[in-house]
Amino acid sequence: MKNHLPVIHADNISLTFQTADGPVHALKDVSLTINQGDFVSFIGPSGCGKTTFLRTIAALETPTGGVLDVNGMTPDQARKARAYGYVFQAPGLYPWRTIAGNISLPLEIMGFAKADRKQRIARVLDLVELGGFGGKFPWQLSGGMQQRASIARALAFDADILLMDEPFGALDEIVRDRLNEALLELWRKTRKTIGFVTHSIPEAVYLSTKIVVMSPRPGRITKIIDSPLPAERPLEIRDTPEFIALAHEVREGLREGHGYD
Amino acid sequence: MTEIAMPAPADGFLRRGVGAALPVLTVLLAIIVIWYLAAVWMNAQWVQDQAARAGTEVGFGDLVRQTLTQDRPVLPAPHQVAIGWWDGVFGQKITSKRSLVYHGWITLSATLAGFGIGTVAGILLAVGIVHNRAMDQSVMPWAIASQSVPILAIAPMVIVVFASAGVTGLLPKAIIAAWLSFFPVLVGMVKGLRTPDAMQLDLMRSWNASPRQRFWRLRLPSSLPYLFASLKVAIAAALVGTIVGELPAGATAGLGARLLSGSYYGQTVQIWAALFAAAMLAAVLVIVVGVIEKATLTRMGLAR
Repeated sequence: MKNHLPVIHADNISLTFQTADGPVHALKDVSLTINQGDFVSFIGPSGCGKTTFLRTIAALETPTGGVLDVNGMTPDQARKARAYGYVFQAPGLYPWRTIAGNISLPLEIMGFAKADRKQRIARVLDLVELGGFGGKFPWQLSGGMQQRASIARALAFDADILLMDEPFGALDEIVRDRLNEALLELWRKTRKTIGFVTHSIPEAVYLSTKIVVMSPRPGRITKIIDSPLPAERPLEIRDTPEFIALAHEVREGLREGHGYD
Repeated sequence: MTEIAMPAPADGFLRRGVGAALPVLTVLLAIIVIWYLAAVWMNAQWVQDQAARAGTEVGFGDLVRQTLTQDRPVLPAPHQVAIGWWDGVFGQKITSKRSLVYHGWITLSATLAGFGIGTVAGILLAVGIVHNRAMDQSVMPWAIASQSVPILAIAPMVIVVFASAGVTGLLPKAIIAAWLSFFPVLVGMVKGLRTPDAMQLDLMRSWNASPRQRFWRLRLPSSLPYLFASLKVAIAAALVGTIVGELPAGATAGLGARLLSGSYYGQTVQIWAALFAAAMLAAVLVIVVGVIEKATLTRMGLAR
């Protein structure tokens, strides 16, 4: 079930923004390999480049140095081949489209036939447990349900990679726990490769097979931790000594990188 | 509990309705009173001149009565305007040259044509500005310049140029109306087409959407609230442009021509009746756009 083919490979990626106050090193010498089926969390304080790195994978930013390949292509080729689905912190659903209509949007843009669209929408709605809500408008749904709809939208066109930029950051803790559980379940079912940006240590530890700790000025990776936790993770796992030890290790990693400046 | 509470909303609604109407009615009443006082004051001179010429004295009661019943008063009283308006709208065959419905239709058709031309032009220019860097930096100053030239100065030239090419009637007036109405649409649509935030544009990019898809599926629907706000200004501006376009032409038809012929012959009642007809037409047009706006935006989930 686990095939360790690398899907994302970053080799000494740098990204420098030229600003009025001089150059800002958003990323410096970032090297990382993400294998197929990995659930990789990026954690670190603001300005550590975790979102920027996710955006370079998605070809929404272009690195100023280094080599990055996604599915054996350049990120831009991968974007054009629709290799990934991207989920932002806000759902970004169109108010003038129903939930089904919103999920249909990328499918229409990509030219899927109508019957195929319908079947895919039904499938991903079930996957995020929103079956029966396709005909509702976004304002009729809670924040957590809207974010689930936006995940369904990112899953609908069967990209192998799912990139998520603090997808649950705007939700309250209780909803967040439920969605974390649901996301793990979804990941187990679909075997997708997931890149997940967060600034919550428990969230990173609970979800990930690999935790990438980053630190700012310049944005860089300070530690990569492979999770020893089993694939099967009920919420109660967070009270086990292994979980607490791992969370401690992540916290130490953040401290080493002067993450609490 | 609920049974007792039930009548409250209906009652509250009724009170709100009366509460909203009361200030409006008060202001309206005040305007009418001031108008009557002004009519008596402004028309009194003529009555006294007449009396002096006849060598008689007029008492206060006669003075008031005579100031409010003149054929060509300086300021006609509200009831004279109302009668003039009523007669113009309902008292004539609608094909008659004395009918406000006839003149109103002439003006309305040019207004709608100009509004259509102006709206299309405004939208096209806005699309160009949003998508083309050269247009972004060059069009707006010209558009602003076009609006700072007094329309009264341009209207006669447009009429003359078109007339020399043998084009008269609706089209020249529609062009003047379009001149005024394209601008609010342009400004509103530039803002509206730029409302999608970075995240929504990134999403489109992540799906590798073409510029055309990005426009039709994101930018255009997002801009509709701004478009409708602009359309309300534009349609009123188009009516003003049309009436101004009817003034210099020696035109014989249209509310503007009605205003002009009224002033030639000192028919102040006719002028005021035509003015009120124009104002009501403007109000109706703005309300119609508003109703379409509400229906569309509610359906799209964009109503605030």
